[in-house]
Amino acid sequence: MKSEGQVRIPSGCAIAAVISREGRRMSGEPVIRAMEPMHDRSNGLGGGFAGYGIYPEYKDYYAFHFFFDDRAARKACEAFLKERFEIVQSEIIPTRKLPAITDEPVIWRYFVAPFPSLLRSLQLDEKEFVARTVMKINAELPGTYVFSSGKNMGTFKAVGFPEDVGRYYRLEEYEGYCWTAHGRYPTNTPGWWGGAHPFTLLDFSVVHNGEISSYDANRRFIEMFGYQCTLQTDTEVITYILDYLVRVQGLTLEEAASVIAAPFWSTIEQKTDLEDKEKHLYLRNLFSSLLVTGPFSIILGFEGGLMALNDRLKLRSMVVAEKEDKVYIASEEAAIRTMEPEAENLWAPAGGEPVIVTVKCKTAI
Amino acid sequence: MNEGFFYPEFEILRREDRCTACNLCGQQCANGVHFLNAKTGRMESDDSKCVNCQRCVAFCPAHALKITESSSAFKQNANWQPDTVREIYKQAGSGGVLLSSMGNPKPLPVYWDKILINASQVTNPPIDPLREPMETRVFLGQRPGRAVRLPNGKLDCTLPPQLELAMPVMFSAMSYGSISYNAHAALARAARELGILYNTGEGGLHEDFYCYGENTIVQVASGRFGVHEKYLNAGAGIEIKMGQGAKPGIGGHLPGTKIAGDVSRTRMIPEGSDAISPAPHHDIYSIEDLRQLVFSLKEATQYKKPVIVKVAAVHNIAAIASGIARSGADIIAIDGFRGGTGAAPTRIRDNVGIPIELALAAVDQRLREEGIRGRVSLVAGGSIRSAADVIKAVALGADACYVATAALLALGCHLCRSCQSGKCNWGIATQNPELVKRLDPEKGSRRLVNLMTAWKHEIMEMMGGMGINSIEALRGNRLMLRGIGLTEKELSILGIAHAGE
Repeated sequence: MKSEGQVRIPSGCAIAAVISREGRRMSGEPVIRAMEPMHDRSNGLGGGFAGYGIYPEYKDYYAFHFFFDDRAARKACEAFLKERFEIVQSEIIPTRKLPAITDEPVIWRYFVAPFPSLLRSLQLDEKEFVARTVMKINAELPGTYVFSSGKNMGTFKAVGFPEDVGRYYRLEEYEGYCWTAHGRYPTNTPGWWGGAHPFTLLDFSVVHNGEISSYDANRRFIEMFGYQCTLQTDTEVITYILDYLVRVQGLTLEEAASVIAAPFWSTIEQKTDLEDKEKHLYLRNLFSSLLVTGPFSIILGFEGGLMALNDRLKLRSMVVAEKEDKVYIASEEAAIRTMEPEAENLWAPAGGEPVIVTVKCKTAI
Repeated sequence: MNEGFFYPEFEILRREDRCTACNLCGQQCANGVHFLNAKTGRMESDDSKCVNCQRCVAFCPAHALKITESSSAFKQNANWQPDTVREIYKQAGSGGVLLSSMGNPKPLPVYWDKILINASQVTNPPIDPLREPMETRVFLGQRPGRAVRLPNGKLDCTLPPQLELAMPVMFSAMSYGSISYNAHAALARAARELGILYNTGEGGLHEDFYCYGENTIVQVASGRFGVHEKYLNAGAGIEIKMGQGAKPGIGGHLPGTKIAGDVSRTRMIPEGSDAISPAPHHDIYSIEDLRQLVFSLKEATQYKKPVIVKVAAVHNIAAIASGIARSGADIIAIDGFRGGTGAAPTRIRDNVGIPIELALAAVDQRLREEGIRGRVSLVAGGSIRSAADVIKAVALGADACYVATAALLALGCHLCRSCQSGKCNWGIATQNPELVKRLDPEKGSRRLVNLMTAWKHEIMEMMGGMGINSIEALRGNRLMLRGIGLTEKELSILGIAHAGE
């Protein structure tokens, strides 16, 4: 049977997130518990989390999380990294043994900074260099997979139910101002940890519930710009699209949302704000191949905030609620109530309507 | 000598019990097949003149007529097929190049028929076009590689000129001269009503049709017939015709007999002179010359019109298209070897060029490998026969399709493939006023609108089935296609998996 990456595997899913607008750090425990009432939305074949603000002591360094097939792969990769990065810390990611989580790969993290001389000679900015290096490692180094590569954030994922995965990685011991979570229901039996979500590139992480029908149109377009869709998952291509639109093209999150979940032409035509109308015509036309169709609800995590977005027909459930400085997002209200029984202002965002939450004061994080 | 004689290709079967000798068939047939025998009072026919255009069959009020392939046959020979033998007799008699019309009829592979379309089941929902919006609107033109911001931080929303289509289909080039005034009128009216475009072909634009400018593509071909500043500015876009799928490597030929009156005036050439467009553009002997013509046309139209470069699908089409994409062209139109024509040398029509399916797939892939697919739009033509062909073409990578033969069928064409004779009984490929008036532009345009509306419904149904509610999400979406009965090589060129994979 073909493994993940050689074949496209559709999945159903559960997603959840919590963020503090004040940048207050909280443990990973609540978001792990949020996944429990949504147990049946996953099938034990993948779960994962992303935490932001979890590495304050290394916040100026890229935190690379790796899965290695074996020690030899790690040694080869370390040699590769040493030629390109200053490595300030390397360590095993702490885990606890659980009967529910088996077939572990070798899981390490490295805190690194690219050599400035290398950036100058390649004429690349730091983020572009790191993004390209991550894609090169994932495409070319056998038995090696980078599954997290941002600063002061980290992704943790495995084959298993999400609540087990969270406990396996001891996420209750981390503190972050924003957490996202994902439980996966793939339609076959992949045995590979890299296929679990969130999917990340730099500080962008995406958790996603859905199966997009535009996949190959999006993939074949985005691959023109140096991205390599090695996993063949929706989450991977959506992450690259957002990275391309926001980091490379310099669009705002709202503008990026108007590209991937573009309003219908008829909606654009009815707009009375002419400037807004012109902007939507422009964005939809310029990036027509990045329109994403089919059902999806996604939560994009980034440094200092998150964005939740539904497909334009709202073919997947997603609700949002608030309580004090916190904003909660999940596939089901039950998940939000688990995190905060007194959550207020619960609403279901309309299809294509982005919900963007940012931490008020950057210095807090 | 009677070496060249062969029994007529078609036989007219007339049911005497039904025929009322009304002679309507005689009046309808410009080829002079039917005639009333005054002595007997019965209708008779000269089968040798019949081209099997079905006009008499369709108009016989008593349903007394039927045309069949003649059963008189050469001795069976798998190598020397009847057509081949007949052509040899013809050439031995005339010493000339054989002429044919419409697309290549040979039994070469039709890849469209070996490609199957996907649909959603369980893991994602099909979308019902009767209940949800389903978008088929397409914009064709250049797209800059970068979003630009003004100093005030707002997006600079200016784009290069675009063609807007309500559905991913256009009527492709058929010149005034090769087809009739009424056929052009029907196409122009239908294009306007449908929110799409038709194409003048290389014969200029009749003054009566300038009012359809917004729905017109004006063509500049190697003969430059009817090209002047007002003409270039009259349409929504300009097409440089470098080649045509039915006759790659050669120009056009409209016999002097068709160059009369308005055709002569529109083409800006003397009445009765043959309109022979040269094989190359004599100012384009290389790709850098093409760039100069593209920009000359843009200068002449103040950079307000997108420029299409139309090429025939030939062996090296991917590299050629890549060159065109860098020439300043906004849109590349590729015409496959099954594309129609009003007249082409038979040998060229039947042997030169490659199928549009393979050409389109190769071009789309090459432009992506070079990172420039976003710069240009791709239009595929050369026998797009149905809504399913459109869906398959878009999924292979086309932005839109060019349709001509199907449009002519809607106007009454029965594919008798005798356009070069100028005696089209359906009033389409003729300049004979008596024949032209048989085609009512109003009715013709209604039938074209019907056909395209039907296709649009079918396109929406199939898109919805795939869970796609906007045509741009289908463009280049090759996962939506599977091959059936194709070799590994064919699949790899098409960039699709085999059914079951």
